[in-house]
Amino acid sequence: MSEMPHAAAGASDAEASEGRVYTVSGEDWDEIVAAANEAGDFESGERIVINMGPQHPSTHGVLRLVLTLEGETVAEVRPAIGYLHTGIEKNMEYRTWTQGVTFCTRADYLMPIFNESAYCLAVERLLGIEDRIPERAQIIRVLMMELNRISSHLGGIAPMGLELGATTIYTQGARLRERTLDVLELITGLRMNHAFIRPGGVAQDLPPGALEAIRVFDESGRRLLDELHTLIDANPIFIARNKGIAYLDLQACMALGVTGPMLRATGLPWDLRKSQPYCGYETYDFDVPVRDTCDAYGRYLIRMDEIEESLKIIAQCSDRLAARGSADSDPVMIRDAKIGWPAQLSLGPDGLGPSPQHIAHIMGQSMEALIHHFKLITEGFRVPAGQAYAAIESPRGELAAHVVSDGGTRPYRVHLRDPSFTHLQSVAAMCEGGFVADLIPAIASIDPVMGGVDR
Amino acid sequence: MSGPEQPPKAGPEDEGPQGPETNGNLPARLGEERLNAPVVRRGMFGIQDTPDTSGYGLLRVHKAPPLDSPRPYGSYFDEVADALGFPDAIERVLVDRGEITFYVRRERLPEVAAKLRDDPALRFELCSGVSGVHYPEDIGRELHAVYHLLSITHNRRVRLEVSAPDADPHIPSLVGVYPTCNWHERETWDFFGIIFDGHPALTRIEMPDDWKGHPQRKDYPLGGIPVEYRGAKIPAPDERRHYQ
Repeated sequence: MSEMPHAAAGASDAEASEGRVYTVSGEDWDEIVAAANEAGDFESGERIVINMGPQHPSTHGVLRLVLTLEGETVAEVRPAIGYLHTGIEKNMEYRTWTQGVTFCTRADYLMPIFNESAYCLAVERLLGIEDRIPERAQIIRVLMMELNRISSHLGGIAPMGLELGATTIYTQGARLRERTLDVLELITGLRMNHAFIRPGGVAQDLPPGALEAIRVFDESGRRLLDELHTLIDANPIFIARNKGIAYLDLQACMALGVTGPMLRATGLPWDLRKSQPYCGYETYDFDVPVRDTCDAYGRYLIRMDEIEESLKIIAQCSDRLAARGSADSDPVMIRDAKIGWPAQLSLGPDGLGPSPQHIAHIMGQSMEALIHHFKLITEGFRVPAGQAYAAIESPRGELAAHVVSDGGTRPYRVHLRDPSFTHLQSVAAMCEGGFVADLIPAIASIDPVMGGVDR
Repeated sequence: MSGPEQPPKAGPEDEGPQGPETNGNLPARLGEERLNAPVVRRGMFGIQDTPDTSGYGLLRVHKAPPLDSPRPYGSYFDEVADALGFPDAIERVLVDRGEITFYVRRERLPEVAAKLRDDPALRFELCSGVSGVHYPEDIGRELHAVYHLLSITHNRRVRLEVSAPDADPHIPSLVGVYPTCNWHERETWDFFGIIFDGHPALTRIEMPDDWKGHPQRKDYPLGGIPVEYRGAKIPAPDERRHYQ
């Protein structure tokens, strides 16, 4: 250590006694190369350990990859996570069952609606009210999930281009994603972290004009999607960087617990919406896109096809909602005074709150309703003791909530089985032995979201 | 514990005269029964030991969930249980809310999991990972590890539950059977302190390497950790201000 020729280029950390440590902090590459040449590191064929991330534009978030390189070849890659750990699961144990939605929606922030849905489906199973969720709420849930699937897939595809240096792919993808977020914002009031799906139904009915906005989105969405296809599908650089890269076959997927587009890229048409339907998915007409290339390009194609399938489902949802008429006789929250959170909201001078009709009802007409309102808002409802596991097909794969109740007004334990967390384990299997440059499309093809990985 | 000294009595003591007027159907009598229901009431907003802001906290009905389910279990559960066998390794089987849970003796877990994966009648190829749960009141079996298995061949799900005492928090690792459990077991070690014997590298995964304690355990408080940033030390959120 003490023989370091340049103080700026080397670090003599007593803990890093395994070999020479070079700290690179900007433009001092010349000094590093000179120092390494002098010490003979390059000639001896030694492996170089490099930290990629956690602040690196190509790692898809605050992901740190510990790379062992032999020249340009990745000898070993170990993902290090935890930089975005926020204790969502722990926090949920200290809030009511309904408030839990506000926390879990922030886990994987690119698919908030799915986090909420998985959690709410588990809570509803614990309450034993799965069959009593109003039809309208189920349709709205499916609609929201498919809108969110589009925005999430675009949040995966667009950076996939950006990380390879293709900024146009990013801006085109972001354009379409922005349209999707506009619709989500119109319906929930927020672009992300919606807290819209609630145990027993959804927070609120669709606002006026929502179906019209969805129809407009459907048209412009298909056009922008075609543009994206034209831009990427046959792009020689994109194909060269993605075809045959990040190979993961069916056997490896099974062993590593990999689901979603990565599993369907191996040729297995496994989709929980078809195999274990929830929220009435069995009544919708859509296909499960499959490829058998097992590579990053196949995963990209599957995501693009799934966006089209989602558009199909969204059109069916809006048709059904349009046929159902007004919301007054068609609730979006379970008709159970002990569980159903007031779901008719309106915008007042001090923000969004219960509608004047609801206030008039509880303050002027029904003492019972006032008591129920007070109990629900202050202490929430109790959930019978037990545990439930509800799994849904998120854009990234099987997203599940394992929810345990001790009979109280707050969750005893909530665990989100996040697909990104599980899939990041496969980086080593996909990338070791390949080039460093192929690591970037490999990570992008997993589409990990660190909010979900670290929770 | 700085909680309230004594939880208020949940209703009057039953010391009334046992005369003919105490008919069980009288409304007053019914109300008394309701008050005597096994609810632990610890005051209204006076939660002292947790930074709970949800209003009434810790109001719980102590109604023990069922422990065991009699045969037939219904659905595909009987087939799975028959094919699995292992009467000595499985302590009990619970079918609840359409889900089946096998409570497995911890030393037999890898054996049971391997059979669940390999037997043609079972074929649970996919493991959804481990979820830890801490039950400090379940003396001798405080730490639970819950595994959810999925069979794509048969389109079925089962749950395995294993427990270990706090004093000896060891559970055999399932990485050899389901490699996907690698990170999940690290997470469960990190959050609950369950040591998975045979894991290739059981290190912390979400918390920093030098972290003390296992944050998801029930005896670990929410908050309570001061924030350190560039030399300045900011008190933990629950110590910054008194809301009471």
